[in-house]
Amino acid sequence: MRARVLVVDDDPALAEMLGIVLRSEGFQPSFVADGERALAAFRDSRPDIVLLDLMLPGMSGIDVARAIRAESGVPIVMLTAKSDTVDVVLGLESGADDYVVKPFKPKELVARIRARLRRSEDAAPEMLSIGPPTNQITIDVPAHTVTRDGQEIKLTPLEFDLLVALARKPRQVFTREVLLEQVWGYRHAADTRLVNVHVQRLRAKIEADPERPEVILTVRGVGYKAGTG
Amino acid sequence: MHPTAPDAARTTARARLRARALWHATQQWMLAASVGLRRSWRRSLQIRVVTITLLASSLPVGGFAYLVIDQSSRILLGNAEQETRARLEHSAGYAARQLGVHQSPGEAPLQATFESTIDYLGGGGRRQDSGDVVVLMASEYPHITTAASIQDEARKQVESLISDELKDKVAEGKVPWQIRTGDLGAGAGRTKYLVYGSPVPTKFGQVELYHLRPLTSQDTAANQIRAMVLATGVALVILLGLLAALVTRMVVTPVRVAARTAQRLSAGLLDQRMVVDGEDDLARLAASFNQMATNLQRQIVRLEELSRLQRRFTSDVSHELRTPLTTVRMAADLIFASRDEFDPAVARSAELLQAELDRFESLLTDLLEISRFDAGFAVLDAEPTDLVPVVQRVMDRLDRLAGRLGVPLRLELPDGPVIAEVDPRRVERVVRNLVGNAVEHGESRPVEVRVGVDRTAVAITVRDYGVGFTPDEAKLVFNRFWRADPSRARQTGGTGLGLSISLEDARLHGGWLEAWGAPGQGAQFRLTLPVRAGDRIISSPLPLVPADAEAPTGGVPAPVAGKGPLPATGVSERVEVTK
Repeated sequence: MRARVLVVDDDPALAEMLGIVLRSEGFQPSFVADGERALAAFRDSRPDIVLLDLMLPGMSGIDVARAIRAESGVPIVMLTAKSDTVDVVLGLESGADDYVVKPFKPKELVARIRARLRRSEDAAPEMLSIGPPTNQITIDVPAHTVTRDGQEIKLTPLEFDLLVALARKPRQVFTREVLLEQVWGYRHAADTRLVNVHVQRLRAKIEADPERPEVILTVRGVGYKAGTG
Repeated sequence: MHPTAPDAARTTARARLRARALWHATQQWMLAASVGLRRSWRRSLQIRVVTITLLASSLPVGGFAYLVIDQSSRILLGNAEQETRARLEHSAGYAARQLGVHQSPGEAPLQATFESTIDYLGGGGRRQDSGDVVVLMASEYPHITTAASIQDEARKQVESLISDELKDKVAEGKVPWQIRTGDLGAGAGRTKYLVYGSPVPTKFGQVELYHLRPLTSQDTAANQIRAMVLATGVALVILLGLLAALVTRMVVTPVRVAARTAQRLSAGLLDQRMVVDGEDDLARLAASFNQMATNLQRQIVRLEELSRLQRRFTSDVSHELRTPLTTVRMAADLIFASRDEFDPAVARSAELLQAELDRFESLLTDLLEISRFDAGFAVLDAEPTDLVPVVQRVMDRLDRLAGRLGVPLRLELPDGPVIAEVDPRRVERVVRNLVGNAVEHGESRPVEVRVGVDRTAVAITVRDYGVGFTPDEAKLVFNRFWRADPSRARQTGGTGLGLSISLEDARLHGGWLEAWGAPGQGAQFRLTLPVRAGDRIISSPLPLVPADAEAPTGGVPAPVAGKGPLPATGVSERVEVTK
């Protein structure tokens, strides 16, 4: 089945070009040119992934990302002209999973989309747990569910992948680069802001007190590790 | 209960300790006080002016007071002396007449005549109202008892007041005087006396007549004058000091207000103004100050606006240029991917299009980066980072290019991680630039990268053995769009902005980026960054001039382009030329 991609971009030439590239790579694109109609288009087309330009007429890309995130965990890849930390971090904090900076190469974009769509197909029953006894988080990997005290916690697929990566090797310290490779599928990129922002987002959902994390611990100067208490 | 001996010793020791502590405290206090005084002296114009006024005015006032006191006592004494002399002359005449009846000193009634003369002169055996004492003595005739107009018990005292010196002068026939102090009883205490002596010629020889005049009233008058003059002088000096304080206060207060307002202005409170009161110089100062502040505010607001516009423009250009470029880029990629289907000319065009788009893209990226630095909007995203993987990543990525150019890459790392609070993206960009440049200019000779660390700083040096550069060129390498040799073919297609951006990146970290080079010996670049973000670095863990560099000929120092936040001298100080 061909993956559906919703392209939210106001530049018709770029949108058309994106369409050509995406179709040639076997995706099924649909388009919307402004932010206000983006949410309706999202509900109509039920895409597998959203390509979102941050600078949009009407509603800004940030608001669109927030609105989509409020009702779905669908992967969002931002297209941004600005690589400044403020812009990137703002985009990631509003719910985007990944970003590509214009001008990007088609291969790069396709790689990003594929990485976000790639789901672990291994259905072997696997139950993981992470966190100290007082805040035990249980992960049912094939079912893609995360629970604490029998209560389900809604995570986006990316957040789920990040948590699983950490929980599978509870004693290992993960550098941001390793996490980028395992979770985002980057080979060489060094943009650790992706990891930092998503760890913050994940902590906000699973930690009892995000200011004093117990489930995902920071190892200063190195990276992150699972907290096992 | 009496303290036993050890108790006593302990008590003494304790007392000594306490005394020492007290002495110590006093010393401390005096030191603190003197420091405080010195600071007030340095910092307060008012205190300086008042002190100088007090010192400067007390000198003439003191001199004047001394003159007045001196003169008045002189006049008082002169009057007393003249008066006493007149009386003495009169008395001497009377005594001469009285004693004139005696022909020889042996005559018995002589003593009686002495007494009666003194009685008469001394006002009938009592002191005169003025307290004068008259003494008649005959030094040459010891058998004649000295007569004095005073009770017998004080006679000895009187005689002690008449010095031998005076007696000698009188014996010579002079009329001398002296001031002596003594106590003649009668409850007057020690009093100053003007002792006047005069010879009294008689038929049998010469006797001496002395007038002792107490200077009590003159002394009192002189004391009163002195007290008055001193009081007036002190009052005058204090008045002058107060006046100086008042005047300086009038001047200093607005100056202090101006200083305070200026401080607030520089702290960013741009709407601070001084109160303009009246039309005098100080009011003009306030008015000019306010005008300056207004102009400054206008300028700053305008610059802020410009800077905001610049930022907005940069951001807009970024977006507006990047979106079409993305479309072009994707289109070119598509055409490039299917270039085999075109005829050779179109296929080659597709290749050129692709290559030049790469260049265009990196140029655009660099230009935007530089403009971001220029606008002051570059933000340091520092986090504790291990530099080893950062450097290794750069080396891995440049490995292919180095291999193509036949440049061996060597990496020398310290043991363990090299952790510093840096912005990894920026550091990686700097290292990529430095190593890329070294590979490009490496002339197929090795490029050596070293990483060093100490307690306060981390350093990365990149050494190549290419053509190197001259001292003049060393100053230019960080200039924008500067090329060592414009005619040389470019390998990596750098934008000419790489080192400029790297320098800005280093500065943003509070670090240094320096270059050393010598013609024929290659070059070495050194990046030094503080271990803790925001710290000032004072030294680098690695030397800038490589150990294998030849000593410069003719004692010319090794060419160093100091590009840190410190002046070039501060940089060259640390350069050791080995060998």
